[in-house]
Amino acid sequence: MRQALEGSQAIARAVALCRPGVVAAYPITPQTHIVEGISKLVADGVMDCELVSVESEFSAASVALGAAAAGSRAYTASSSQGIMLMSEVLYNIAGLRVPMVLTCANRAVGAPLSIWNDQQDSMAVRDAGWIQLYCADNQEAVDTTIQAFRIAEATELPVMVCVDGFVLTHTMEPIDLPDQDVVDAFLPPYHFARMLDPARPISLGTLVDPAWFTEARHSHHHALLKALPVIEQVDRDWQAATGRAAGGLLEVIGPADAPTAILCLGSVASTFTEVLEDHPPDDPVKLIKLRAFRPFPAEALRAACIGVKTLIVLERALSPGLGGIVAVEVQAILATVPDAPAVHGFAAGLGGRDMPVELLPDLLAAARAGRPGEFTIADVQLSKLPEEDR
Amino acid sequence: MLEIRIHGRGGQGNVVAAYLLAGAAFEVGRHCQAFPAFGAERRGAPVTAFVRIADCPIRRRNQVRTPAFLIIQDDSLLHVPGVLDGLLPGGGVLVNSTESSESLSARLGVATASIPATTLSTEVLGRPMPNVALLAAFLTATGALPHDALDKALAHRFKGDVLERNRALMARAEASVPAGLWSIDISERETHAAGA
Repeated sequence: MRQALEGSQAIARAVALCRPGVVAAYPITPQTHIVEGISKLVADGVMDCELVSVESEFSAASVALGAAAAGSRAYTASSSQGIMLMSEVLYNIAGLRVPMVLTCANRAVGAPLSIWNDQQDSMAVRDAGWIQLYCADNQEAVDTTIQAFRIAEATELPVMVCVDGFVLTHTMEPIDLPDQDVVDAFLPPYHFARMLDPARPISLGTLVDPAWFTEARHSHHHALLKALPVIEQVDRDWQAATGRAAGGLLEVIGPADAPTAILCLGSVASTFTEVLEDHPPDDPVKLIKLRAFRPFPAEALRAACIGVKTLIVLERALSPGLGGIVAVEVQAILATVPDAPAVHGFAAGLGGRDMPVELLPDLLAAARAGRPGEFTIADVQLSKLPEEDR
Repeated sequence: MLEIRIHGRGGQGNVVAAYLLAGAAFEVGRHCQAFPAFGAERRGAPVTAFVRIADCPIRRRNQVRTPAFLIIQDDSLLHVPGVLDGLLPGGGVLVNSTESSESLSARLGVATASIPATTLSTEVLGRPMPNVALLAAFLTATGALPHDALDKALAHRFKGDVLERNRALMARAEASVPAGLWSIDISERETHAAGA
């Protein structure tokens, strides 16, 4: 049913529709409203679930890991420093191939301390071996949350659903929450083949010596690559069930033959979609909305870039001392393509800086003026800095 | 598309005001969007919230820079630089103040209406919570949404005595501004969305 809901409340309701057995809760801005919402649903008897209030994010991830390994659908949510604190456990969850879902309400990572939105937190754990899906609006956040449980359980991989903190989590907008019977038909009861069971003892998390570690990593890497068609199929199935897709691996918006493309992740894609539709630039531009960042949809990206001369990669994070994170990956993926587009990397919207509609024409102008392969922080105000830092 | 910016201080229900206004728009079949821009997370700190109301889906997620209307929950914020920035020509400012509309309009140089929302809410709710009074006055002054839309949005959030007191507050606030002071048409998208 369509309702006007705050993003966090909608995500909490979407989690409830998936009937998790265990939710681990630890508050951190801007994620807090999600676990608060779940806590209320449990208290109100709407959700039949073990809500575990823990003392840190490390424990939140550990509780979810244990619960999922013991045969319960498990969920938690966090942001920023919380994701950093759970990073050791995040690697373990993925390496143990335990399926669970975590919402990352994307927030900058300190220092300097910031409670506001960028995507440095999820980017910092991109190599943990989780599937990462980025959402452009709260409808996608709801739909992706539900899809995430099915993807996780089909692939035996954990899924991180990335939603921009405040920009999505604290935004009220009309959202269609699917009916329980639709979700029940879409998402089968939790099944984990390697479930910890006293009747069938196995060990999870044992020491792996050099004779097997490489093979374990190979398997994990290939499990992620094999998740690519699963992510696509689950989105197609969701579309069949609800009439709505959530963006597959990536989505191309705008004229397919546009010579200029802008690739971005998260909610800025929503703003840019409006700008391109309402005020199309004189020279055609298309948007490449990257939903799956891990696994990286290399083939889909190459296909989306056919005929593209200039590719602008916009990200809300950076690797200090190198530049772009996504931009460098995109360049590597396109390196083997004949007539590969010139890639221009930009970061913007760091630590909650607003990304206005004018950012799009500004990026187009900066790419025209810049050199291919360059990385620039598009919205830095150098006049604020001492001369030597500019 | 109609863009509105709400300025207040932490603890005055700024985000609730934005959500109520968006929720009211949703009740009459409009598309809506509301979100806050928090500063420091403490009572008394300036807080800004944004509301968009439109006849088509709203996809832009940037902050409202060129609002058609400003709702100011605390008149001490009129001294804060930037509060009136970007107000569209022909737009209006609704302020919680005991100073008269004429005096404020002359002082600020923009069309301003005032209601004593703190006084009204203290009398009716028993505490200084200006948000619902300002929303009711805003809808009366602009005709942007019918009275019943806000009533329904309130009924989603409040129950029992709190709901009834807020309804009484709405009635008091509606009587304290001229109806149709700033009439608007939400479908005039370009008029109110010059940002692009």
